[in-house]
Amino acid sequence: MKNQNIDSIQEYKYGFSTDIENIKAPKGLTKKTIEFISEIKKEPKWMLEWRLKAFDRLKVSKEPNWQKPKFPKIDYQDLYYYSAPKSMKEKPKSLDDVDPKLIETYKKLGIPLNEQKRLSGVAVDAVFDSVSVATTFKDELTKKGIIFCPISEAIQKHPDLVKKYLGSVIPINDHYFATLNSAVFTDGSFVYIPPNTRCPMELSTYFRINASETGQFERTLIIADKGSYVSYLEGCTAPMRDENQLHAANVELIALDDAEIKYSTVQNWYPGDKEGKGGIYNFVTKRGACRGKNSKISWTQVETGSAITWKYPSCILQGDNSVGEFYSIAITNNYQKADTGTKMIHLGKNTKSKIISKGISAGKADNTYRGLVDIGRKASNSRNYTQCDSLLMGNKCGAHTVPYIKNKNSSSTIEHEATTSKINEDQLFYCNQRGLDQEEAVSLIVNGFCKDVLQQLPMEFAVEAQKLVGISLEGSVG
Amino acid sequence: MLEVKNLKATINSKEILKGLDIFIKPGELHAIMGPNGSGKSTLANVLSGKTGYEISGLLKYKGENLEEIPIDERAQKGIFLAFQYPTEIPGVNTSNFLKTSLNKVRKARGEKELDTLSFLKKIKVISKELGIDERMLSRQLNVGFSGGEKKKNEILQMKILEPNLIILDETDSGLDIDALKTVANGVNSSRDKKKSFLIITHYQRLLNYIKPDFVHVLANGKIVKSGSMELAEQLEKTGYREIS
Repeated sequence: MKNQNIDSIQEYKYGFSTDIENIKAPKGLTKKTIEFISEIKKEPKWMLEWRLKAFDRLKVSKEPNWQKPKFPKIDYQDLYYYSAPKSMKEKPKSLDDVDPKLIETYKKLGIPLNEQKRLSGVAVDAVFDSVSVATTFKDELTKKGIIFCPISEAIQKHPDLVKKYLGSVIPINDHYFATLNSAVFTDGSFVYIPPNTRCPMELSTYFRINASETGQFERTLIIADKGSYVSYLEGCTAPMRDENQLHAANVELIALDDAEIKYSTVQNWYPGDKEGKGGIYNFVTKRGACRGKNSKISWTQVETGSAITWKYPSCILQGDNSVGEFYSIAITNNYQKADTGTKMIHLGKNTKSKIISKGISAGKADNTYRGLVDIGRKASNSRNYTQCDSLLMGNKCGAHTVPYIKNKNSSSTIEHEATTSKINEDQLFYCNQRGLDQEEAVSLIVNGFCKDVLQQLPMEFAVEAQKLVGISLEGSVG
Repeated sequence: MLEVKNLKATINSKEILKGLDIFIKPGELHAIMGPNGSGKSTLANVLSGKTGYEISGLLKYKGENLEEIPIDERAQKGIFLAFQYPTEIPGVNTSNFLKTSLNKVRKARGEKELDTLSFLKKIKVISKELGIDERMLSRQLNVGFSGGEKKKNEILQMKILEPNLIILDETDSGLDIDALKTVANGVNSSRDKKKSFLIITHYQRLLNYIKPDFVHVLANGKIVKSGSMELAEQLEKTGYREIS
């Protein structure tokens, strides 16, 4: 029998780094650093005050430690909190003024920013370390009254919207990493969809970490006004480095009456090498508020990268008849660890939530689903359905399901189903006998296992995600 | 087409095949009959390259030694196994699976890959010929299929992939008469000078519909008797005990 060639495993495709001159904030987490960030972003005074308030809070708060994946102590004074290409100091007026090295970087990542080659039907905001490099299709969107821009720009140009909604879903005193983000966040996207408007294209942000010893603190705020609809997607990659890098993002979504937000993530941060060295710590707070009646927020995530993924995209179902959904694929291979899930907080009447989670664990990896379903006293006739499936590959990995269920209303129902299975020898044999090699067979079987989630992704990204699922597991069976 | 000499196969330190010989020429159809536990399925597994067996002896396909060749490459070279228990693969569309499989095999043969449209056209014609309900193709692979549907699906795949050496592992077991006829029809309509068949079965029943050129009796890991169709008929009357 021929050995499956372990050496032929595809290396992390996005592991290159761009050699570029950077402007950095002084190292360390100090008031000075925060003032530096606020100043370089030309922020109004209220924003700086908001940040400093968070910083004060941070001084008295502690990192949470209840999660399954433990990590070595992070020296917050030994990090850079802001790093941006020098050429971005004065914001380029058009794409022609953007450093060709940056354009080239995104081209290599498969995200063409040039007018002619842009992805059709997808507007992209490209964030490089701590700044947004370019946003495409801005003019077309503006015509419809849609605002899609870097959050640093929104703070200057749309202060009323930012003031009203920033921190309204994730308060600055929420938990350590959310507070840290509030103090030092650098860039991310801002979206506002006016009433009764259907956003005509997918909006997406591509996050790239490039600089070393630098944390990325992304902040995204999406507001769907009454009767509007938007579909948003984020993608992420980072160079291969031996050190661990921190990505602590805050994402807030607000859906008003009859509005719908569909938020998809394809997370492919550098996962570390086969021995578990390096990789991104992906500690992210994502939360959506269905404020209005009949509103809907749907999270879809494909988590394949990062050394540690720790996130629970959540829905607060305040409005009557509002709907929250969470579709998740979390793949961990080698020494990767994931502790992910969701929180569905039912407050309004007739609120519904649905959770479909697919965890795949290979190598020596550890994969935990952790989810809270909380139906409040006033949330009559509310319903939740949860399905958690875990797939194990090999006998050195782990899968855990930790559901927290609270129902305080007797007219409401919660359903929870969970399965754990191993990748089946017979299935592999069957696929091999039909001419598929081991990698193709694994990819096919796992994609089948994830189908319910994959089909939630926007079409433009579903194919990419399918490939990614296959690549992430290469070398895991053989 | 297939040359097997003194084939021994051991799994979990138990010897299952104990020196088996069989020689199949292009265009021939051989039936192997044998009681439970005689090594029938092991033979099918070993020929298709399933791992986990310790193998010795000669195993040649189209003059090439098979020993070092993995399952998927054997399949691409034209060895097809119709499974006794086709496995379920949830979430995988039957038609997509077939297309992936066909294009892998075509690529290996140096043929152009088929696009979706030409593939669907091809599969439509073959399903009709076999009397298979097309709706089966849009379902998840073997998931919730009845026993008959699973076996029909195997025959459909056999027809589409156009292999050279076809092994049917107890494809007839558990089938009602209609499904049995579909299977037989699929085999008979595929027979030509370039294809060889090895039909593994427990009962003579299938051989009423498919006429073999040779019948072999497998017992205790060896071919103990070979002959023509009359041998199968005799077995049906006397049972295996008389022979082994």
